[in-house]
Amino acid sequence: MSFLIDSSIVVTSQVLFFGFGWLFFMRQLFKDYEVRQYVVQVIFSVTFAFSCTMFELIIFEILGVLNSSSRYFHWKMNLCVILLILVFMVPFYIGYFIVSNIRLLHRQRVLFSCGLWLTFMYFFWKLGDPFPILSPKHGYIPNNGIESKGILSIEQLISRVGVIGVTLMALLSGFGAVNCPYTYMSYFLRNVTDTDILALERRLLQTMDMIISKKKRIATARRNMFQRGDVNNKPSGFWGMIKSVTTSAPGSENLTLIQQEVDALEELSRQLFLETVDLYATKERIEYSKTFKGRYFNVLGYFFSVYCVWKIFMATINIVFDRVGKTDPVTRGIEITVNYLGIQFDVKFWSQHISFILVGIIIVTSIRGLLITLTKFFYAISSSKSSNVIVLLLAQIMGMYFVSSVLLIRMSMPPEYRTIITEVLGELQFNFYHRWFDVIFLVSALSSILFLYLAHKQAPEKHMTP
Amino acid sequence: MASLDRVKVLVLGDSGVGKSSLVHLLCQNQVLGNPSWTVGCSVDVRVHDYKEGTPEEKTFYIELWDVGGSVGGASSVKSTRAVFFNSVNGIILVHDLTNKKSSQNLYRWSLEAVNKDLVPSGVLVTNGDYDREQFAENQIPLLVIGTKLDQIHEAKRNEVLTRIAFLAEDFNAEEINLVIEKRYFIRDGSQIVGFPDRKRFGAGIVKNLHYD
Repeated sequence: MSFLIDSSIVVTSQVLFFGFGWLFFMRQLFKDYEVRQYVVQVIFSVTFAFSCTMFELIIFEILGVLNSSSRYFHWKMNLCVILLILVFMVPFYIGYFIVSNIRLLHRQRVLFSCGLWLTFMYFFWKLGDPFPILSPKHGYIPNNGIESKGILSIEQLISRVGVIGVTLMALLSGFGAVNCPYTYMSYFLRNVTDTDILALERRLLQTMDMIISKKKRIATARRNMFQRGDVNNKPSGFWGMIKSVTTSAPGSENLTLIQQEVDALEELSRQLFLETVDLYATKERIEYSKTFKGRYFNVLGYFFSVYCVWKIFMATINIVFDRVGKTDPVTRGIEITVNYLGIQFDVKFWSQHISFILVGIIIVTSIRGLLITLTKFFYAISSSKSSNVIVLLLAQIMGMYFVSSVLLIRMSMPPEYRTIITEVLGELQFNFYHRWFDVIFLVSALSSILFLYLAHKQAPEKHMTP
Repeated sequence: MASLDRVKVLVLGDSGVGKSSLVHLLCQNQVLGNPSWTVGCSVDVRVHDYKEGTPEEKTFYIELWDVGGSVGGASSVKSTRAVFFNSVNGIILVHDLTNKKSSQNLYRWSLEAVNKDLVPSGVLVTNGDYDREQFAENQIPLLVIGTKLDQIHEAKRNEVLTRIAFLAEDFNAEEINLVIEKRYFIRDGSQIVGFPDRKRFGAGIVKNLHYD
């Protein structure tokens, strides 16, 4: 009986998440496009719904809501469904939509998308070989009824999904950790005055005028040639062809020259346009930084830069000294307060609540951060033809990201709450994932610093020299 | 050459509706082989004989300014685009017949182009609502063009065309529905449906100007 109640609660929350994903898709992602294929929207919302349910079950585990066996059942079912979507459905549909865009293969769409899917599966499988993901106990007699043998077992698939997802998480988090103080702090803002902008605009308009005058000359010259007759266009006979090779009309020589000049000017106008946009954006940021909110973010930026430096430092230490934290921050914090500060309190009660809050914050910020990043990414690169493929790619990334954050979140929880994750995924080498995360995080953060440094150096020189 | 007056016509619309292809078709009499994204603004020139065959014949250069980007873009992009909207003689609004959103966005495009003169500070003060009154005193002639008619199924064409008819009425604009098809690579531009009509409309626009 209680199983039914628990199931209904979980299913209701899944429907809610599905609705939220649907709305997000319609309002934010596909704001400027028309949804022609509803399959895409359904897949996106379903991926979102099941990922959020995973987080919800973790929270329920901490709070002790619902029956433990029904939690376990739903957890397994959820993982199976998510894996089904991430490994079978989404890649297949990505292949299908890519193939639909190519006109030649239009007839045998399904055939070619199956072929693409098989290639994907091959590379996906090969991905797991160089990494020590599964514990050395793998391959022995299974216990607890979990099948650890077999190609399509949950662990095999999740281990590979986890590798990709952890790489993505570390890349994003490394770049975010560096970019966040860079954008918040006004120390890095270049000084832009109105006269700079006006000067650039004037140059832009002058360039456009030059392009226009040259194009007018080309148009007039072409029209004159056309009116004089088509003599130059169609060389008739053998001698005509030889003649046209040796003596080309002087008009056409000039035309190619002018056309080259026009191409160069057009390239220049594009550069000027982009620079002007950049200047306007910087000017707005300067004005924003003078407001109250802007100053608040500025201070926040200083804190974040300290945090970022600390994280890079910790990642280096972890790698160099081959150390993986054994205790989670909650238990460690409680230990410190109890042992060193001598404050006595009910450890069990507080550890539950604090870990709930901590895990909740991590989950919410990572979901929000990911959705915002995905939206920005989508706006930047999608066009009306490729929007379906890109949304499916984003759904795939989102699913993999959430699955691997579940793997990593295990580290932040006290041991008594890790059971639900460990029971199903017990054979995985969790330490490997943390090590891998640190490595990629370090690489990503350092290269972002390098990249931002170069971009920053290059920009002010460009608009100072006229 | 004799001093020729400047006629500046803007070509506005969402990304991917076919503005660059349209401009290329009008000016070069050829179909654009490999359209790519327009960054900023690209200009092309068409030589037009106003009132051809009459004693008042005069040759004009019509400049077609094809402004790229999306209508919901960042305000820095909008402020930069505003630089192109100075002293405009005519506006061509292009929308994609297969994409409803592009026709809805035409209202916002026209507001952006028209409001340039009213708000010199460069900040757009519109709340997105469309008000026909704003166009009542607008002297700039408008032309609405719908592209990609051939990509719509035969059965749905009537429904689409009736919807578009209301759109054109709202703007008090002349309307053409064009076929801009990539298959016409090699053939001559004049074979494309609607092309001779286009020449006459060009004359119509220029005629309007002379009444100012």
